[in-house]
Amino acid sequence: MQVSMTINGSDVSHEVEPRTLLVHFIREDAGLTGTNIGCDSSSCGACTIHVNGEAVKSCTMLAVQADGQDLTTIEGLADGETLHPMQQAFHECHALQCGYCTPGMVMAAVSLLDEVPDPTEAEVREGLEGNLCRCTGYHNIVAAVLQAAGGAR
Amino acid sequence: MIPVAFEYELATSAGHAVALLAEHGDEAKLLAGGHSLLPLMKYRLAAPAVVVDIGRLTDLSYVRDDGDVLAIGALTRHRDVETSDLVRSQAGLLAAATSKVGDPQVRHRGTLGGALAHGDPASDLPAAIIALGGSMVVQGPSGSREVAVDDFFTGFLETAIGGDELLTEVRIPKAPNATWSFQKFNRRAQDWAIVGAAVMVDGDRCGVGLVNMDSRPVRAGAVEGAIASGASATDAAASAADGLEPPSDLNAGVDYRCHLARVLTRRGLEEAGR
Repeated sequence: MQVSMTINGSDVSHEVEPRTLLVHFIREDAGLTGTNIGCDSSSCGACTIHVNGEAVKSCTMLAVQADGQDLTTIEGLADGETLHPMQQAFHECHALQCGYCTPGMVMAAVSLLDEVPDPTEAEVREGLEGNLCRCTGYHNIVAAVLQAAGGAR
Repeated sequence: MIPVAFEYELATSAGHAVALLAEHGDEAKLLAGGHSLLPLMKYRLAAPAVVVDIGRLTDLSYVRDDGDVLAIGALTRHRDVETSDLVRSQAGLLAAATSKVGDPQVRHRGTLGGALAHGDPASDLPAAIIALGGSMVVQGPSGSREVAVDDFFTGFLETAIGGDELLTEVRIPKAPNATWSFQKFNRRAQDWAIVGAAVMVDGDRCGVGLVNMDSRPVRAGAVEGAIASGASATDAAASAADGLEPPSDLNAGVDYRCHLARVLTRRGLEEAGR
């Protein structure tokens, strides 16, 4: 069946099987491979994107459920060469080791600050509960989110 | 992991969803937020031939003050329940339990009705609803009926919802002066509760629901009775596991789960001021 959605401001339309997962649609049909597949079982958060501005795990959503919705992936955050403040904070705090969890972490963190603009460290850790870093590099990730929140103040 | 192929139907109203269920019978499953069903389909533990998507029925997403009752639409997302001022003030236990479901991404998609209709004894929300009391409204081909919460959870992943019925509303007695506690014990962030205890105290009324202590979500009736008879939290909680048959798995055996039920129930009662 035909599904159409907006991804990073562009209209994307494609014929899919109903069982097509949204993360596969994003990577294979829309060609946006910044969104990673990690655990594939809604545990690790590597596939986190925004649907209508809110973080969701795109491995646990069908492409047909996103029909007509407004999506943002990691590719849609930066403004040209200017990084999104959260990306900039991750860069400055070196909030990554292998980098695999990073796109999902950044998307979850942006959504977190939309809902809790001035979080405590505990609220950041709790808010990123759905994202796993198997390098266990949480310290700098939390520092980056707190820095980004401070920059927004 | 990719689900088995299925036919997709988008329901445009509750009545349409019921008609689609009647048309497809046992072959069909309802899809709300998808955070219980889609993992089962990806693991191929479920392989419905037809998926009826009720996720666009926005008229079933609401929190309403309905006199003595708080009425919550079945398709209200966890995020909207947990942040609702009405839920926080009239059923604080539900807001607290909902904030412990999964993680923020899961709560942006998962729905109250979906979690209840799934009937998972390891899920947080059935225990909270049992403690709060109330009823579920289910709509079928011949209209709607109300099912008391104690008649709703009938077995492992089984509820009183018929094959051609749709859960439309959850009705909870308003309790603005209640005290409550939600105790969730797990080893890691985001995990299911190894055991959980949902406790609500409202004057003489005390409700205790337990997570992962039997094949279905259960009420700790002996604890409630003891509290009603004036027992202390410690004495009442001693009967928390009486008559229950909790599962045994990698995380915990039966004896440890029974121990946890007693400890968490006592902590919950104490935190709720008993």
